[in-house]
Order: sequence, then structure tokens, then C-alpha cells
Amino acid sequence: MTNLVIELSKYLMLLIMVLYTGLNFYVLRKQDVRWQNRVCRKQVFLVFLLQFLGYLIIYLKTMEIRMLIFYGIQVLFFLIYFILFKTIYPQSSRVLLSNMVLLFSIGLMMLTRLDVDKAEKQFIIGMIAAAVTLVIPVIIKHMKALSKWAWLYAAVGIALLLLVWAVGDTNGGAQLRISIGGFALQPSEFVKLTFVFFTASMFQKGQSFGRIVVTTGIAAAHVLILVASTDLGSGLVYFLSFLFMLFVATRQPLYFFGGLGAGCGAAALAYKLFSHVRVRVAMWQNPFSDYEGKGYQMAQSLFAISSGSWFGLGFYQGVPTTIPLKENDFIFSAICEELGVIFAICLVLIYLGFILQMFWVSTWMDELFYKIVGFGLAVMVGVQVFLHIGGVTKMIPSTGITLPLISYGGSSVVSTMLIIGVIQGLHLMKQREVEEIEYAAAAQDEEDPEEDFEGRR
Amino acid sequence: MRQQRRTKKIQKRTLKAEGRSRKKVNREIVLVTYVFVGLFLIMIGYLGYFTYKESDTYRNNPYNSKRQQLFSDRYIRGSIVSSDGKTLAETKVDEDGKETRSYPYGSVFAHVVGYSTKGNTGIESIASSYLLNTHINPALQILYELKEQKTMGDTVKTTLNVKLQKAAYEALGDKKGAVVVLNPKTGAILAMVSKPDYNPNEINEIWDELVSEENKNSNLVNRATQGLYPPGSTFKILTLLEYIQENPGNYEDFSFDCDSVYEVGDYSIKCSKLVSHGEEDLITAFAKSCNGAFASIGQTLNFSSMYKLCEKFGFNEKLPTDLLSNASSFVLKDSISVWDVLQTSIGQGKTTITPLHNAMIAAAVANNGVMMKPYVLDTVESESGTVIKSFSPENYRTVMSKDEAAILQKYMRAVVTDGTGSKAEGDGYQVAGKTGSAEFATGKETHAWFVGYADVEDPEIVVSVLVEEGGSGGSAAAPIARAVFDAYYGEE
Repeated sequence: MTNLVIELSKYLMLLIMVLYTGLNFYVLRKQDVRWQNRVCRKQVFLVFLLQFLGYLIIYLKTMEIRMLIFYGIQVLFFLIYFILFKTIYPQSSRVLLSNMVLLFSIGLMMLTRLDVDKAEKQFIIGMIAAAVTLVIPVIIKHMKALSKWAWLYAAVGIALLLLVWAVGDTNGGAQLRISIGGFALQPSEFVKLTFVFFTASMFQKGQSFGRIVVTTGIAAAHVLILVASTDLGSGLVYFLSFLFMLFVATRQPLYFFGGLGAGCGAAALAYKLFSHVRVRVAMWQNPFSDYEGKGYQMAQSLFAISSGSWFGLGFYQGVPTTIPLKENDFIFSAICEELGVIFAICLVLIYLGFILQMFWVSTWMDELFYKIVGFGLAVMVGVQVFLHIGGVTKMIPSTGITLPLISYGGSSVVSTMLIIGVIQGLHLMKQREVEEIEYAAAAQDEEDPEEDFEGRR
Repeated sequence: MRQQRRTKKIQKRTLKAEGRSRKKVNREIVLVTYVFVGLFLIMIGYLGYFTYKESDTYRNNPYNSKRQQLFSDRYIRGSIVSSDGKTLAETKVDEDGKETRSYPYGSVFAHVVGYSTKGNTGIESIASSYLLNTHINPALQILYELKEQKTMGDTVKTTLNVKLQKAAYEALGDKKGAVVVLNPKTGAILAMVSKPDYNPNEINEIWDELVSEENKNSNLVNRATQGLYPPGSTFKILTLLEYIQENPGNYEDFSFDCDSVYEVGDYSIKCSKLVSHGEEDLITAFAKSCNGAFASIGQTLNFSSMYKLCEKFGFNEKLPTDLLSNASSFVLKDSISVWDVLQTSIGQGKTTITPLHNAMIAAAVANNGVMMKPYVLDTVESESGTVIKSFSPENYRTVMSKDEAAILQKYMRAVVTDGTGSKAEGDGYQVAGKTGSAEFATGKETHAWFVGYADVEDPEIVVSVLVEEGGSGGSAAAPIARAVFDAYYGEE
């Protein structure tokens, strides 16, 4: 009987995921907000269903009451969060909201299966972060001074990164964290936000050549400190995000391609200079050249993905625990192994929909500052997802980076939730503006109905 | 009212202007959006490609043992069949769901097919992940899973030939040793026998006895791939090749007067059974396997170049096969003693070789200088017979030129027509080869070797025979090779 439930759930979970992904794109069909909200309600239902099946299997496999309690608290929390968020921000983006909760809950499910202690820790941090996201949109909407603190952002960002570089814990060859009272913080995750805000405020004031040079210099300082701390993955995320932001702000493809060229040169130089870069490339080319050593995690990752194949071995049915760093840098492989590649492809599509939504919000913005903030954050998330998934599947050399909202890591979860909070804030700003215009347009229409109004959505 | 209207018009104009400038920047954002859509689609494409095309290779990697164990709980281990479709290993499930692995030919295929209950060996090991995988219709698979029924694993078809295997097995009889049969053109392993053997059907019952310290027979060792023996006179193939390469114009001018013992200082090299070969040229010295002549050739050779030649032929490295094998060894370096030179030139001394490797060398001669990778898995088929994967022959190395191979072919033919290998040939085909009688311990019979191929005109089959303490290669090993050739070319 247990087996039957587990086997059936395997295909049901896949079906839920496919349906959810379908809805995620279906929702883009119409601009009618009410209609969209109705579609999103279906998504929310699917999120709870997926979570239910996941924890049902976990319980059947472990028979631990602890799992049921954990599940119960999660359901309660998600319900409260949904209700609160919708009540406080009736005009928030529901798609973003349901995507955030889906990804976070998939992460928790996977972590519970891999290491329940870590899952609980992740959940607590996630709850706090989620609570913070309730106030972020208000701040974004009302604090008009946000675009005036460029130097503050730069100072905080560089100081934090320098701190890690100076006193950071060495973990797996990279200095990523600083420990404060038993908590390990990964500042590069938070500096993402200050970095984007810095760039946006700089370009808000103008795009003169001098300003571009100064901005680029400070951005380069961020990247160089990260590279010096051997946090190559974050370095790459910052670098690419900056290039894209520069491109959008200046509308000069030349800057973009020039930067890309310089980046390639720097990468070649790094390959020559640093042995850890060469190791990553060598293990990307052939993880079996040093199976017992440096290639082990890559090989295990590929074993996991290939053993899972299209349908997966079934949740809680594989052996993803053999992959080193399975909870963070390699969680995508664990998902492929147990939930299957089709599930994983759906996940990629959901992330794509997620960043498309963010790009879309940024196109609505009038002020360049908000536009670049939204755009820059979207690029950050997009590049990070690409590096993580590309890295664990041996498509590109592994850079050791987390999968936003799914991987274990408090800092990563908090920063991604903050990013989503910011985007919700932007969404809100626009929604109000749209309403005002609609209102004005409605008034206008009454007076001379033959005139057509462009700003109407 | 009019005033109001004007303000609205102005408002409208500003909004329009703003819309335009917004649109300009948005063009760049939209462009980047396309870039990301492209990147993510590539990622999805890659994931699909990886799963469709490459995942089997990784899944079947021997290091992936933890997950493969998992599969044996889900699938019934598939069958192993010979090239002509006869079952070599299959899993029988009784009414209670108990599985037994059965080997219909018993000990005949013991080492090459291997066993799967006490760890995996032989083909059971290298094909394990194919056997524990399934490619039946997915709908059917889901149905089986829901019924909690195990799914039948895929069938692995090998290159092994039952008739040749039986012939080699019977010809070797009770003696210890090994026989390897290859197709020289493809590297396909047609037969592989090692003795003493064991009955894989009883492996669990006889295990303790086999691995006990009193058992000195090493039944579990596959001598064909793991047994390291001095090559004896079969090594003269390489000595000869090196001599030809160093003296391309005048190697045929070689002559030697053999009086059964060749003396250099305090050392003496004796010919087998103390026969005097008298005045002889190179081809006769090779055909009669004159030790004195080859020891004297050895003294003229450049040994660092000889070392390179041997490495090119695959000494001192793992053979290109997934079967558990030992590397043959050739250890001479620049500064070597006279005695080492004399010994090494005639295949004695520190040189060791496996029967499989010796077969590959003979196969390279037969295949005009191209050494093929030996392989034993031919195809993987689903339960319904659809071919899922087929293995194709692969070149390993070109170890000599076509002309050099032609010379060796002529010389090896002379071994059978005018020399020590006459007993390797039967009716209806012509054999070329080389015998060897390798000394390994004083006071014991020599190990008997024969490596050779047939037919001379169009080589289709290579046989390598080693009989431990069998005596002379010509009389102990060559007839076993003949039995295999007979089976291949015979009517039945």
C-alpha cells in the first residue's frame, strides 16, 4: 500500500508541476487582473497539493511525527502569509507571490528529505525574511530618497565584501561567510541588493562618460574583492549583471561587448593565474580524471541526474545523499535524481517565467532608477539560476552557487526574498499609477469619447 | 471648465512623451529578455539532450554502484546471450518471487561471463547497469510499478561464440591455462577460456572453498586477462620487428650458425631441447625459434627504441578493455646488463604478458598493423528485442606499417609451414603464428604458448593459447589452437 502511494505520488507530483508551469505562462495571456488572480488561486492550490504529497511520502518513509508537525506549521505559515500579503497589498503581483512560495516550499521539501535539521533552520530564516517582505514594498513605494544614496550603497557593499575577504571562514576552498554568534552570514548575497541600488542611483543622475567610468570602477572593485575571496560564482553574477545594467542605462551595445571582451580576457588571466580555476575547468572537461578527489562531486552530480532520468527515481527513493553539497550548490542534481528531469525542466521554466515577470515590471517604470533596480535584480536572479543549473549538469564549468529560494542557505533565501519584495514594491508603484491614469482617462472619455488614450493599459 | 480641459491636454502630452522615452529604454530591456529566454531554452535543450543521449553512460559508470544497487530492487537482471542468441546467463523467478541466476553452460563460460551474487565479475560486471535497466514501453513500466511487479531488465548480446568457446574449453582439457579467440578485424572477443574454472551456478555453495587458503588453484582468476606469464618465444615477433625497423634495407642478409648453445662471455643461451639449427637465415631462425640467433640479434638492438616499440604495443599500461585485466610489463631501460639483453630478446627475463594481450599483438599483425580494442559486448536489447545500444569496433593504435605487418605475416606463416608451429594447422585453412615455451622456474616444465591466426589470405580469427607447465608450445599449445580453427572452419 505504501509503495502504491509512493509510486502514484511520483506521477502526481510531476503532473502538478507540469500544470503549475502551464498556468505560469497561461496567466500572461490576458491583462485582466481579476482573471489573473483567479488563475493564480489555482496555482496556490497546486502548491499546497505538491507539498501535501511530498510530506505524505516523507512521513510514510520515516514514520516520524516531527515531520507531520513541521508540515502542519508550514501549511499554517504559508496560509497566513498568503492572506496577509494579499490583504496588505491587494495590488501585488500574485504570480510572483505564488512562484516565491512554490520555489521555497520545493526547497523545504527537498531539504527535509536530505537533512531535516537544515530544513527547519531554513524555514525559520525564511519565515523571518518573509515577514520582512511584508514591509519592503511600502519602503520602496514611499522612500523617494532611495535613489540618492549611491555612495552609501557602495560604501556598505565594499565594506561588507572586504570584511569577508579579511576575516571570512574558509569553506570548501572559498571564503564566503563570516560567523557572528554561531550564525554564518554570506554578505555577498546581501551586497547584491546594494550593488544594484548603487548602479541604479549612479545612472539615475546621468550617463556622462565620467560617471560611467567611476561607476564601472566601483563595480569592478566589488567583483575583484569577490574573486580575491575565491567566490567566483558571485563574482560572475555581479560582473554580468553590471554589464547588462550598463547596457540598458547607456543604450550602448559597445559598452556591453567591450565589457564582455574584457571579462573574457580576465577569465583567461584567472585561468592562467589560479589553480582553482584550472581545476574547475579540468573537472568540467572530465570529472573522472580525478574521481576520488576534485572530480567526485561533479561525477556524483552526473550520476544523480542520469539515474533519475525523465521521471526520476521517485521522491525519497534515490540516494542523493552521495552528492557533496547536495543541500546547496548541487541541490538541482538531487531534484533531478528523485523528481526527474521533466520536473527539473518545469523548474527551469518557472524560473524563466519568474525573471520574465521581473523584467516586465521593470519595463513599466518611469524613472530610470526603478527601471534599473528591477532590471538589475532580475538579471542577478537569472544569471544565478543559469550558473547553478549549467554548472551541476556539466553544461558549463561549475562555479559553486546556490539555486535561489531552493538551496539551503539563510543568506541566499533572505536576499532572494528581499529582491522579490523590492519587485513587489515596484509593481505596486505602477499599479497605482495605472489606476490614476485609468481614472483620468475615464474622466477624459466622458468628456470627449472620440479621443483615444495611449497610456491606457 | 476650459482651463481644466487645457491642463488635461497638457497632462496627456507629458504622458505621451514619457511613454516614448520609456519605450526607448525598454527596447534594451526587451533585448536582454530575449537573451535570457534564449539561455534558458538552451539550458532546457541541454538537459533534454543529456538525458536522452548521455545519461546512460553516466548511469552505467561502475563508480555509480550505489544507485545501481537500487535498480536491482526494481528490475529483474536481464539475460546475457551469445552472438548466435544462445542464453549464457538468465534470471529465473520462482512463484515466491525468489530470483536465481542461472548459467546454462556451467563452467564453460565461467570467467568471461562471470557471476553476480558474490560481487560482479566478467560480463556480469561490465554490463551490470545495462542488465539492471529497462527500455520497455513506459506505460507498461508504470503499470508494473503500480502492481509492485519487477520489470524485466534489458538483454545484453555478446560477441561470444558458443561453438568456439566449447572447442577451446574441451581442447584445453584438465590443464591450467587460457585460450583467447579474437576477430582481428574488429577486436571482437569470440571466446575466452580460463582454467582451472568453477561452476557459476554453485558459486554461493563453493565460495568458501574457492577462496580458502588451502586452494592454490586460483579458480576465480581469469588467466586470459589477469594471468601474467613470460612470453617466451612468442616475444620474438617484437624482437624481429625491431630488428627489421633498425635494418630496413639489409635485415634479410642476417645469418647465424647455431650449435645449440650461444655463448657470450660467461653466459650461455641454449636452444630448446639442445637442438643445433646449423647455418640459418632470419626467416629460418624465426620459424625454428632459434634462441641463439635471436639473442645475437638482441645484442645489436637499440633498447631504448625497443622499449618504445613495446610501449606502443601496449606493454606497461592497462589494456583497452573493461574486463578486469593486468598490464603486461616490459621493464628494460637504457643501462641493462648483457644477460638481460640476451634473455629479453627471446622473451625470458622480466617481461610478462597476458594471453589477451598476446592475442592482440597477433591480431595486429593479421590486421595489417592496426590494433583493435578488444570488446565483448555487442548490443543491448530491450525485452521486446529492440536494439537500444550497439557497440562498434574501435581502432586502438596503428602499431606498425602495412609493409612491416606483411613481412611479419610471411615470417609467421613460415613458423607453421617450416617450423615449430606445424601442429596448429588442419584441413581447409592456412595458419600463421608463433610458438613459445617459456621458462619460469628451474626444474619445471615450460609454459606452452601459441599465438596465430587463420586464414593467411583473409584473417578472420586469432587464437592465443597458454598452457601452464604444458611443455613446448609446438606440441602442447598449437594443437589446442588447431581445435579452435577446426571448429571455426569445420562443417559443423
